[in-house]
Amino acid sequence: MTLKAGDTHEAVVVENIQRTHIVKYAGASGDFNPLHHDDTLANKLGGYPTVFAHGMLSMGLTGRMLTDWLGPTALKKFGVRFTKQVWPGDTLTAKAEVTEVKGGLATIKVVTVNQDGESVVEGEAIAAV
Amino acid sequence: MPDGFEFPVDRTQVMLFARSLGDIRPEYSDPNDPATKAVGGIVVPPTFVQCSAHWQPDYPLDITRPRKGPPPAHRGDGPGGGGLGRGLHAEQHYEYHQPVHAGDTLWVTTRPGNRWEKQGRRGGKLIFSESITEYRNQDGVLCVTATSVGVQTERAVDQ
Repeated sequence: MTLKAGDTHEAVVVENIQRTHIVKYAGASGDFNPLHHDDTLANKLGGYPTVFAHGMLSMGLTGRMLTDWLGPTALKKFGVRFTKQVWPGDTLTAKAEVTEVKGGLATIKVVTVNQDGESVVEGEAIAAV
Repeated sequence: MPDGFEFPVDRTQVMLFARSLGDIRPEYSDPNDPATKAVGGIVVPPTFVQCSAHWQPDYPLDITRPRKGPPPAHRGDGPGGGGLGRGLHAEQHYEYHQPVHAGDTLWVTTRPGNRWEKQGRRGGKLIFSESITEYRNQDGVLCVTATSVGVQTERAVDQ
């Protein structure tokens, strides 16, 4: 794939995320932290109003935007910071922008935002191009 | 913590994990699809190695897992990154050295990285700790390096 600095790509990676999405991720990944599926414990243990999605679910959905765009074996690095929690009902859009292409590697700035435009995940990927 | 553990990469697990991310690309489930053949067989999504939690003997974020003894106490430095209650996953980074394929058996080792402290925006100390996990395949080839940063807060995060 040919990429150049300034190229962008984005995709809605989940619409109106449900507890069922979160539970499916818990089962697949093995992360059964009750903060992500038990409203009562989320409140009692952490003071949260409800459950919220695993950060790794947001990162995984963001990764899907990248692999849909670049293919499943292009990534050399992928790293993110979790900047805001994702709550049931949220809709996430993952966005990418190429900042540099050098030596066959593209550096890609990544941000995933919720329906209010607030970032939930921010990071960077390096992909072979 | 043991020195390491085996993580067999099973085709069904890859399919289930991809599904949980809404991902239906054939390279994650159909070995006969031309796209899968083009990448040397079933490959895995970028964050798939998180599934090693199922095979980590002392994994703390699965308190109902049947065990002989009591569940391990959460120390905030496992590959899961976050923790029960006040612990949260702050950052996650992967380096991909070689592709992981269904059928591989990965050997997983984790070591602690840096620790640092920061004052939170709403008061209260934030304690960050890194853990670095390496996934090597049955030929001893390093496939993925994962760095997880967990943060422990003194009070609930209401961001």
